[in-house]
Amino acid sequence: MDMIRMHEILSAIWVVWFFLIFTGILVWVLRPGSREAARRHAQIPFRHDPN
Amino acid sequence: MAAAAALNAPSRILDEPDVEAPIRAFAIATMFWGIVGFLMGVLIASELAFPLLNLDLEWTTFGRLRPVHTSAVIFAFGGNALIGTSLYVVQRTCRARLFGGEEMGWFLFWGYQFFIVTAALGYVLGVTQGKEYAEPEWYSDLWLTVVWVTYLIGYGGTILKRREPHIYVANWFYLAFIITIAMLHIVNNLALPVGDGIGKSYGVASGVQDAMIQWWYGHNAVGFFLTAGFLGMMYYFIPKQADRPVYSYRLSIVHFWSLIFLYIWAGPHHLHYTALPDWAQTLGMVFSIMLWMPSWGGMINGLMTLSGAWDKLRTDPGLRFSVTAVGFYGMSTFEGPVMSIRAVNSLSHYTDWTIGHVHSGAMGWVGFITFGALYYLFPVLWKKQRLYSDRLASWHFWVATLGIVLYITAMWVSGIMQGLMWRAYDELGFLQYAFVETVAAMHPYYVIRMLGGMLYLSGALMMAYNLYMTVTAVEDLPTAQPVPAGALPVPAE
Repeated sequence: MDMIRMHEILSAIWVVWFFLIFTGILVWVLRPGSREAARRHAQIPFRHDPN
Repeated sequence: MAAAAALNAPSRILDEPDVEAPIRAFAIATMFWGIVGFLMGVLIASELAFPLLNLDLEWTTFGRLRPVHTSAVIFAFGGNALIGTSLYVVQRTCRARLFGGEEMGWFLFWGYQFFIVTAALGYVLGVTQGKEYAEPEWYSDLWLTVVWVTYLIGYGGTILKRREPHIYVANWFYLAFIITIAMLHIVNNLALPVGDGIGKSYGVASGVQDAMIQWWYGHNAVGFFLTAGFLGMMYYFIPKQADRPVYSYRLSIVHFWSLIFLYIWAGPHHLHYTALPDWAQTLGMVFSIMLWMPSWGGMINGLMTLSGAWDKLRTDPGLRFSVTAVGFYGMSTFEGPVMSIRAVNSLSHYTDWTIGHVHSGAMGWVGFITFGALYYLFPVLWKKQRLYSDRLASWHFWVATLGIVLYITAMWVSGIMQGLMWRAYDELGFLQYAFVETVAAMHPYYVIRMLGGMLYLSGALMMAYNLYMTVTAVEDLPTAQPVPAGALPVPAE
């Protein structure tokens, strides 16, 4: 396989790969089980004790 | 595991306190450079309306002072605001002292001010790479690289030694800003110094590749310096000012990743109808339009954080700044994708419409979110009971808002008029207007823009007085009582 052909294939795979990662992130973040953790994480700015 | 570690961690009270003195210096520098930058803006706006004001001296021509204005506002005002607030936020949300301690903070502070001064001196003396927003020559660029990598080490080091198991989303945005700016700065400034002196270099890339690298840099400076960094500010300071958590933490994560995945591709929309291949122009346009989604998702997230607390807008002028900033963020991120559409761009490009767009983002979003953070930070950092005058802060708000409205409406009218005049043909197929006629037609709008800038500057002077009086004339907070161990907040994970 020459470089040009390989470049074509890899750049196509790269798009698919990014699409899959992004979809994975969406699923992970929006899955029902993440609701409680997100609620706790949103409280972080209020957990700091004054010094 | 992490939970147990957090529970067993010694109480914060026993530790060294957060690094704060350099952050106070960053807050003062933000105010100082803001006023310098706005003043330079008013000056060059006046030069456009009344060219004699350049005094016929080379050092004070529009061409040399314009980068002084843009760099003072973006890198000096915005940069000090971002570095200062990021060091504040990372320590608070990680519950860890700044990695490198006070020395790290002071090195970043003085190192960054030194970069600003060397760059600005170069502009005035005519030393420039001629790349928009990347004007500093190689010696300033190298120094900034040293400071920036140290910043990454200090910031990243603090995150690594955090006691809070989760990294709060504001830090994601700040970290994306730090890493991406490092990458953009290094690649766009690859250059070879030439000649005997130090004032000249040639870039490594040339032709259309150079143009593409420049606008990959330029647009991502907008995306990661002026957007991601200040979104970090939004995700910390608006919840703190409104005293309620962000509307949807999950939406903030989606906001982050979609912004990161999309923004980096949008640069080619600066090169429509140039030698850049059509496919790249279309790519830039499509990704710019897709940016509507994360931008408006983020805006809704910021605004909805106030649901149930809207009454605070009446009593807290700082919060009013922050929330209006989010409104301007929504507005300018709506306008940007419209302007990136090739057909619209053929009218808007090279006209004042672009200048108006940039200023609704810079004055409305970046300026206001920073003012909101400063009004919050000064009493906190100097341990004061309150702001010196809420009334004066309200005046600042309305004067500055009026200034922005005058500025952007004048530039819309002037820009669209300019674009239409350039493309007007008479019945014989000749251009209807000479270039100088378009310049003459824009004069009244240049004057209105100058007045808008003056209002914005006077608002900033009110803020400086107000914050100075906050530090010098307002009573201190009562010294902290020892906190009983049981009252210490402990993460629940």
